Formats: sequence, C-alpha cells, structure tokens
Amino acid sequence: MDLSTTLPILLGLAWLLPLASFALVVLFGPWMGRRGVGAGYLATGAIAAAFVLSFVALLGWLGQHGLASGEHGAHADPIPPVAGEWYALGTFGALTITIGYYIDSLTLVMFMMVTLVATCIHVYSFGYMHEELGVVTDPLVTRANGRPLKRRGRFHRFYQYFSLFCFSMLGLVLAGNVAMVFVFWELVGICSYLLIGFYIERQSASNAANKAFIVNRVGDFGMLIGMMVLWSTLGTFSFSGIFEQVRPAASGHALVVPDGMVRAAAADEVERIVLANPNPAIAERNIAAQVPAWREAGHGRWLLIVAGLGIFCGCVGKSAQFPLHVWLPDAMEGPTPVSALIHAATMVAAGVYLVGRFYPVFTPEVLLVIACVGAITLFMAATIAITATDIKRVLAYSTVSQLGYMMLGLGVGGWVAGLFHLITHAFFKSLLFLGSGSVIHACGTNEMPRMGGLRRKMPWTAGTMLVGALAISGAGIPLLIGLSGYHSKDAILAQVFAFRKDNPGQGDLLFWIAAMGAAITAFYMFRLWYMTFAGEPRDAHAAAHAHESPRSMVAPLVVLAALAVVGGWNVPWTGLGVRPLVDQARPLGTEVGMTAPAAAIPAESASHEPAIHRIVSWIAFFAALGGFLVATGFYGLRQLDPEKVRRVLAPVHWFLKNKWFFDELYRWVFVRPTLAAARVVAALDRIVLDGLAHGAAGLVRLVSRLDDLIDRLIVDRLVNAVGEWTYATGLRLRAVQSGNLRQYVMWIAVGTVGLFVLVSLFWNYAAAGN
Amino acid sequence: MSLFTQPIGLTHYLVVGAILFAAGVVCMVTKRNAIGVLMGIELVLNGANLNFVAFANPALRADPGRAVAWMDGHMIALFVIVLAAAEAAVALAIVLSFYHNHASVDVDEADELKG
Repeated sequence: MDLSTTLPILLGLAWLLPLASFALVVLFGPWMGRRGVGAGYLATGAIAAAFVLSFVALLGWLGQHGLASGEHGAHADPIPPVAGEWYALGTFGALTITIGYYIDSLTLVMFMMVTLVATCIHVYSFGYMHEELGVVTDPLVTRANGRPLKRRGRFHRFYQYFSLFCFSMLGLVLAGNVAMVFVFWELVGICSYLLIGFYIERQSASNAANKAFIVNRVGDFGMLIGMMVLWSTLGTFSFSGIFEQVRPAASGHALVVPDGMVRAAAADEVERIVLANPNPAIAERNIAAQVPAWREAGHGRWLLIVAGLGIFCGCVGKSAQFPLHVWLPDAMEGPTPVSALIHAATMVAAGVYLVGRFYPVFTPEVLLVIACVGAITLFMAATIAITATDIKRVLAYSTVSQLGYMMLGLGVGGWVAGLFHLITHAFFKSLLFLGSGSVIHACGTNEMPRMGGLRRKMPWTAGTMLVGALAISGAGIPLLIGLSGYHSKDAILAQVFAFRKDNPGQGDLLFWIAAMGAAITAFYMFRLWYMTFAGEPRDAHAAAHAHESPRSMVAPLVVLAALAVVGGWNVPWTGLGVRPLVDQARPLGTEVGMTAPAAAIPAESASHEPAIHRIVSWIAFFAALGGFLVATGFYGLRQLDPEKVRRVLAPVHWFLKNKWFFDELYRWVFVRPTLAAARVVAALDRIVLDGLAHGAAGLVRLVSRLDDLIDRLIVDRLVNAVGEWTYATGLRLRAVQSGNLRQYVMWIAVGTVGLFVLVSLFWNYAAAGN
Repeated sequence: MSLFTQPIGLTHYLVVGAILFAAGVVCMVTKRNAIGVLMGIELVLNGANLNFVAFANPALRADPGRAVAWMDGHMIALFVIVLAAAEAAVALAIVLSFYHNHASVDVDEADELKG
C-alpha cells in the first residue's frame, strides 16, 4: 500500500463527507424524516464514516511506519510527511494558491480525535436537542405581549452547522498551506458564530456570537500580518516550502533566517548593489555573496519574529488566550454540545494545533512570548473559575486555563507535551461538557447553587463526570500510571521544569504558576462536582424534576470517560499510544534546544530525565491533592464555610467574581470609544452629508419647477395655438364636404373648366416667352 | 363663315363631342337617380372618345401625306370603352349595394360622409 496515494484519498473523503452532509441538509433538511430528524442521522453517519476512514488511514500509517516510538529523542530516520496538492486555484505572480494536504502522524491523530469526539457529540445531541424537533417554547425570551417566545424547532439546522463545522475543522487540520488554513480558520469561526447564536432570539446569545466573532477578528488581523510577512519574503504559503526555507537541510535543520527575509530586511544594501551593477546577473551574484554576512549581522531576524508572532496572534484569538480570552466564556450561550465540540475539544484547540504545526518557524523569543501568554492565561482563567457559579462557565474558564497549559508547554519547548495535552484535554473536557449538559438537561438551570445531591438521581452522569474531574486534575499514582490528564500535564510540567533549569528567573515563575494552576484546577473541578452531585439538593423543585438522561446521551459519556482514562496510555508491549504517535510528526530540527539572549529553549528530551521527572511528578501530585482536599473540606465534607472565606477575602472575591475586570476594561477602552466614534460619525453623516444631499435635492427641485413653468407657459401654449388654428381651419373647411354628389360633380366640372382656362391662358404666355 | 356651310371636318366632330360631354355633365349634375348619373358618365366618356377617334382619323388631319397611319387614337378609344365597361360593372355593384342599404337609388341620400 502506497501511503502517498491512499492517505490523501482516505482523509480527503473523510474531510468531504461532512460537506456532502451539510449540502444535503441545507437543501432538504426540513423534509428529512419526521420534522427533520433524518438530518441528524445523515450528519452522524457522515462523521462516523469519516471516523472509520481516519481509522483506516491510521492503520495504514502504522503498517508502513511501524509502532516504534521516537521517544527520548531517538530519531533514527525522520518520517517525511505526505504533502501535495489536489487542485491549484490560481496563480498570482509568483504565488500559487492551492488546495493541498500535509499529512503526518499529527494530522492523523487530530483526525482521529476530531472525528471520534464529534461522533460522540453528534450521538449525544440526539438526546440533548430532542425538543428542537417540535415547537419550542423559550422561557428566556419574552415577547412584546409578555408571553415567552414560541418558535418552530431547528433540529436540522443544528446538524447542518455541525456538519459544516466538521468539514471546516478537518480541512483546517488537513490543509497543506497557510492560505488554506486561514480559509478554514475563518470557516470554523463562522460555524462557532452561528452555533453560539443558535438561540438567536436571546439577546445574550446574539451578543455573545458577535463578541466571539469580533474578538477573533483581532487575532486574525495579526495572523494576516504574519501571512503577509511569510509570503512577501518566502514567496510561498505551503508548509513544506516554508519549513524548507526556515530549517534547511544544509544547516542540519537548525533555525536560520531565510534568504528572502535577509534580503527584504537588507533592502538598502541590495538597492545599492543593484544600482552599482548594471548587469543583473552580476548584481544578483554579488547580493548572493553578501547574504551570509547580512544574516550574520542580524538582518531579517525581526521579520522571522514578526511572522511567528503574527501567526501566534491568530492562535491567541482562536484559542482564547490572554488578552483575547473574553469571548470563550460568553460563547457558552450556545447549546451544550456546541460548547463541548467547538468550544472545548476542537476549534479552540486549533490555535494550539497551529502553533504546533508552525513550530519550526518560531524563534526562542516568540516561544518565550507563547510561554508567558500561556502561563498568564492558565493562572488567570483558573482563578476566575473558582468563583464562577454557572456550571458551563466554570468549564469554559477551565478550558481557557488548559489551553494556557498547552501554550505554555509548547512555548518552553515541549512540542509533544503541548499537543499530547491537546488530545487528552479534548477527551476529558468534552466529557465534562457533555456531563454538564446532561445535568442542565435534567435540572433546567445552569446555576450550581441550585443543584446538589444529583448523584443519586443521575448515577451515570455523576460517575463519568467524576472520571472527567479526576482526569483534568491529573489524578494518578506518581511515577506509575494515571488518568490521561496525569500523563499530559506531567509532561508539560516536566518541560517547564527543564526550562527552569536553563532560565532560572523566568523559569521559576512559569513553573510555580503552572504548579499553582494544577492545584487550582483540582480545586475548582471538585468544587463543581461536589456542588452538583454531592450533599443534599438545595433546590427541591429542580431536584424533583431531575432524572438520568436518555441512553443516547449516556453512551457518549461512557465512551469519552473510557478515553479520558486510557487516552494517555500506551498499548501494552507495543509502545503504541497517542504520545509516541505525535512524536513521529515532530518537525525536523525541533528535537534539539535553541538558545537566544532572551531565553534558552531546552530540548524536549531534557524533561525525560528521571531526576526531573520524579520531582515534577510529586509536585504535581501534591498540588492536585492539595486542591482536592481543600475542595473536599469546603464543599464535600462542609467542614469549612466558603462564606467565611469570602468575607475575609472580600476584595479578592470581588476581583475574581468580576473576571479580573477584563470585560469592563475592554468596554471602557475599546467598545465605548468605538461606539462614541460611531455616534460622532453618524451625526456627521446626518448633519453634513445628508445636508449636502438634501441641499442638492432641493436645488434640483427648484430648477425643475422653473423648467415646469417654461414648459407650461411657453412651449405648451405654442403647441396648443398651432393645434387650435388647425382645428378652426378644419371646422371651416368642413362645409365643403356637403355630401351632395351632384354638387361634387358640378365642382369637378367647374374645376376642370377653370383649370382648362387657366392652362390655356398660361400656355399663351409661355409660348410668348419662348 | 358658318360651320353649316363648310364640308364636314374636324371641327364638326369636336363640336359634337363637346355637346355630348356637356350633355353628360349636365346629366350627372341634375339627375338624382344613380342610374341617370351613370348614364351621364357614359355620355362624358363617349364625348371624349369621339375626340380621340376624330383626331386619329388621317383624313381629318392637317398632315394627310403621312405614309403610315397612326393608330394610337383608336387604341385609346378602345381602352376607354373597356374601361367604361369595367367602371359600369363596379358602379352598378355599388348602386345595388346602396339600394340594399337605403331601399332607394337617390344619390342625395348618400351623404353619410358629410362634414
């Protein structure tokens, strides 16, 4: 089996199946089955088939490249990616825009993760979105007459957007060039927008959708700048082309500033040489000879940094990193399966994926920025999650925090660690979201203070959520085995620890933030679990209605819970697992560390040293245990009173409750000034521009009135006079037509004689003239 | 010198033609009966015919020595006769139709086109 032909076909089919489903549902959705239920079956079938195809592709890959893990930096022979293009959209000068693919084991792992999680969530949504099949009464929307809104169900539309999202997400992962990534980047953005605003009648939902879209535009602007730098200096968008120039084989795949960037940065010198040498060939040779010297002098390095920061900027927006994290918690206005699929497992992870994909381009400076942004995000979001009471918001901030972990891991050189955490996080976070959806479905409220004691009513949900909470906290037996989160989070922490050894000051800070984040994570996750499931019901009404969710909702929970447990494990005796598989895709040259004045990025193999590993495992264990014990003390055993702590730490609580005042800050710094400027411009429009237009219109009216007068008084009268004269003449001549035949004959005779007389008279004159 | 004392010449034919023409015109003007009007027309046409034939007669012409006789006057006379026949057919059809509509052949009643 030749992978270079089969993989593009298999993954291409897996990619296009959801698109076909989307197209069919768009056209025929409402007529599919009873009230459009068929749309759900179609979309689920498409994504399940995509999962099967991805699985076949993965088996093919394993058959070819074996199960050998490349862990501990042992890279005998790097596995080249399967890259190519299906279709060239067009050529613009030196640039060719293509629909291409870039398939390595990371692509395959992402395909498996996306299709598997998406299939689970598609199945789950049958239960969760069930009421959309009928007429929906939305109690959160009040109509003008004071009654709640009643509308037709939108079951098929939900699956329509889901299919479009799956297509876009798979396209984003499969893309072979940055331009294509950007297109699908925006497509997942629009799907997110559409699904956040699924309950469009709710003002909060439409606001949240707008917020998500606009905040993402800020990040995308940076991404566009990065793309412009890459294209204008490297002349290509394709991953292979960029990587070849940034990490050429000639330099042993070490990061070098590409010629294009050196030349662009040294434009003045290039111009001088070109002006001095009329012969272009000689000038070109002279420039080529100078390039190494210019590179040595540091020309063009800033362009590489700008390109990296620009691409990372897009990832900040999409992955909800500080300072653009504000949209993700609000995005919870969408239905819970949407939060699970798009805003926890896949789309928000796309930013992390892109950082991983673009890893060869990042300089140590950029990586340091990534690490710092990740650290700030993980700490800030974790602290906000402590005080949130909306169950989905807790999970949203937890997602932001975990994405921060991934960014931190990538930033300090843990390429595999960051992406490994992406995969395990997708499993347990979608599990947690689906569990919270199950709870919301049962209680009809998002507020945790109104829940409690649900474990007896919903044992399956409680059990699977407990697994999720343990996984995200990184529960495990140190140095031996643990849930998926234990393996991935430990890998990140170990890498940060290795980083700390090379960069004492900043490294210390990053490590302790990360360790503290781990403790806080365990605290807020168990706070959530205890408040929801443990103790006695706080709200008798909500508890009375609670019931275990239907089987279609429980089954995905169980599948995802199983994955949350084993996601980090390797298959015994084979060494096959997510982590070694991801490691196979490690970009060339990133297995060794990098050094720059700003920071030294250690090699990832450094974190596998037993000395580091042992310490970090214990630190992570005790951090998580501490968080767990505190949460148990407050909310599980209720020995400590959270109310007291709240009173003692009132300012801190106030600060966290208001989410570090980011929304207020943005409102005062960006939103209000923008609105004020818009109002000024609108007033300008109304007074000046509209005034001009009205004045012009008035002038035209005046002129036309004058014209009208001329028309009526002069032209019309002239025409009328001619007509009247003709009419009067006709009246007078009417008398001739007497109708008397004999009179006519007489006239003819008399006329003939008269003519004759006249002719004979003039005949004589004419003859005389001759 | 009176016409009566002269031998028969062109002038006499012309005088007879003029009398026929005048009689025809008077007939057309005075008759209220449509048939009478048609008869007047015939008189007018025949008056004109007489003139054509008279002018065409070589014996009556001022240049009697011409070797080849001209026949165009005769030809025109024959055309006029054919024309008169056709005209009479059409005119009688009109009169008949008029009679159907008005139960009369009085041309004074045909004044629908009066202005």
